[in-house]
Amino acid sequence: MKYIDEFRDGDVAKGLASAIAHEARPGTRYHFMEFCGGHTHAIFRYGIQDLLPPGVRMIHGPGCPVCVLPMGRIDGAIHLARQHGVILASYGDMLRVPGGGRESLLKAKAQGADVRMVYSPADAVALAAANPDRQVVFFAIGFETTTPPTALAIRQAHKLGLGNFTAYCNHVLTPSAISSILESPEVRDLGTVPLDGFIGPAHVSTVIGSQPYDYFAEEYRRPVVIAGFEPLDVLQAILMLIRQVNEGRFEVENEFTRAVTRDGNAKAKKLVAETFEMKRSFEWRGLGQVPYSALRIKKEWGDFDAERRFVLPEFNTEDHKACACGAILRGLKTPADCTLFGTACTPEHPIGSCMVSAEGACAAYYTFGRQRRKA
Amino acid sequence: MKLDLENGVVEMAHGGGGRAMAKLVEDIFVRSFDNPLLNQRNDQACFDMSAGRLAMTTDSYVIQPLFFPGGNIGSLAVHGTVNDLAMAGAAPLYLSAGFILEEGLPLSDLQKIVRSMALAAQEAGVQIVTGDTKVVEKGKGDGVFINTAGIGRIPDGVAPSGDRARPGDAVLISGSLGDHGVAVMSRRENLAFEVDILSDSQALNGLVAQMVAAVPGIHVLRDPTRGGLAATLNEIALQSCVGMELDERAIPVKGPVRAACEFLGLDPLNVANEGKLIAICADEEAERLLAIMRAHPKGSDAAIIGRVTEDADRFVTLKTAFGGTRMVDWLAGEQLPRIC
Repeated sequence: MKYIDEFRDGDVAKGLASAIAHEARPGTRYHFMEFCGGHTHAIFRYGIQDLLPPGVRMIHGPGCPVCVLPMGRIDGAIHLARQHGVILASYGDMLRVPGGGRESLLKAKAQGADVRMVYSPADAVALAAANPDRQVVFFAIGFETTTPPTALAIRQAHKLGLGNFTAYCNHVLTPSAISSILESPEVRDLGTVPLDGFIGPAHVSTVIGSQPYDYFAEEYRRPVVIAGFEPLDVLQAILMLIRQVNEGRFEVENEFTRAVTRDGNAKAKKLVAETFEMKRSFEWRGLGQVPYSALRIKKEWGDFDAERRFVLPEFNTEDHKACACGAILRGLKTPADCTLFGTACTPEHPIGSCMVSAEGACAAYYTFGRQRRKA
Repeated sequence: MKLDLENGVVEMAHGGGGRAMAKLVEDIFVRSFDNPLLNQRNDQACFDMSAGRLAMTTDSYVIQPLFFPGGNIGSLAVHGTVNDLAMAGAAPLYLSAGFILEEGLPLSDLQKIVRSMALAAQEAGVQIVTGDTKVVEKGKGDGVFINTAGIGRIPDGVAPSGDRARPGDAVLISGSLGDHGVAVMSRRENLAFEVDILSDSQALNGLVAQMVAAVPGIHVLRDPTRGGLAATLNEIALQSCVGMELDERAIPVKGPVRAACEFLGLDPLNVANEGKLIAICADEEAERLLAIMRAHPKGSDAAIIGRVTEDADRFVTLKTAFGGTRMVDWLAGEQLPRIC
């Protein structure tokens, strides 16, 4: 595959790995958080940890939109799917995630709800056009990458005069979550959670640019490298972070120059700003309430907001007491430290947020990395 | 009363036991499957068997869409069951075919499906000797469901089984992975995309006959259908109480299949195949078996992809082309595309 294989080349990887081994100083700590689940997936799928020296450790952050969605919001989606005449359209990996009552959209579907898997919000708009006598609700989730397409779908539905299309908005914001991790008492006070740098997700920055990270680098004195999702991108980013640590720098660097600019995509940002507004606070699974970390549909587009169209009860569900996801997402624990991991909590029966999607730290570790425990 | 094979559809009467059903059976099934045992028109097929071990299997086919690039539900229903017999090293002899038809199915579609079955059976050298037809009301089926059962004879001295993999054995695959799954997905209603790939649906008994003739002591034969290579190797690892180590670079996957999986966020190792087999044999016989497989048109891309290891955890691991190691795990639940 052209333009993909080049970024998975084993020989280039060897070269980068030896540069990392050469430049990482013995006795210096290099604990880097890859924020995004896409990076977590790449790290496990390609076995990147095997290429790193012992002092370089990757901590898997909360950047999986499927994982961090609180169970109450999933219960909300299930509730909507069960309303008479509703077609609930969702991205595929949201379908099997259990809500508070251990129900999922797949189970609701088995019980008769009309749940459809879509690849894009545009497919949901097409469903609404093709089913004028039904209400189509798009289960909108994701970070800054999937937000502009939802905005566009709302515009498209408006243009087509579709009174039967709404979005159930669960879009969340990357910078707020990173702040929350860095602000948490464990990280700030004790230094018990050593985070020596961040890998930022390139696809988010194709929209928001690299600029929003300037604040972290400066305020928290941590280097940030924005990186692509191919394994060579990740290795290159790790090398760039090591160099910053070695030189005492804390800057925002861009590894993904092939698509990320400082200011991002002005058109997408404008579209999002015109369609959505910040919520004062939003619950993240594993992190709790995070201020100004999610979006809702603006009043002027309220006709397309499922939370205005339908009466939606509040669903509040607490995570399992023994679940260590909160600590794992902050780098305090690894999946293997959790008593539920691999016993009560597996990809088939996920209990904590990190296990619900292949992007989550625990699921990636379970699916691709279990053999490591033996080593 | 003549069947309108051009514009007619399946009606409840076609399953009612009356003249309409007799006509359907005669004009579509008997005419296509045409063989002496079926032509006796009894409720069962009666035949003599030679001495030795027999293999028997059954499988139901509910695939959507009914027609996909490289095959349809009919050819698949023959290939799948023939292959299940072949994975015991058996030479398939006879098949049965049960049809559950949904009211409203175009008779032209049914005929196409049945003709494909007949052709597939002919190519595999197996006869469809008995059958059954039922019709369900519209909305209670999905066009057509087919069940086929089969019986085959196992050559003396051949006994492949999922519990016979031993540490040190070689793991071989007969060709590229994921073709069937990707071809079918490319035609799903909500997922249609253009990809230049055909299902690999094909009968493997010819290939297996040569393999077991040359290396009768093959330890394991299995076709990696649903769940793909990953699920099948994990099954074998569990049955045999062993681990496996695969080499990603050695696993054949066609460019378009890799690209489609990349695009959909799927792993080719989890994607279904309908015309490939996994063989596990003693290391010293592996090169000879590989040469036999490669000499056969249905095994021309065969490769040795890994080794069986001693492992109490029964893990299947993969040395990635990138230089790392990862687990090759079962799929959790249904295969669903990732959001990002």
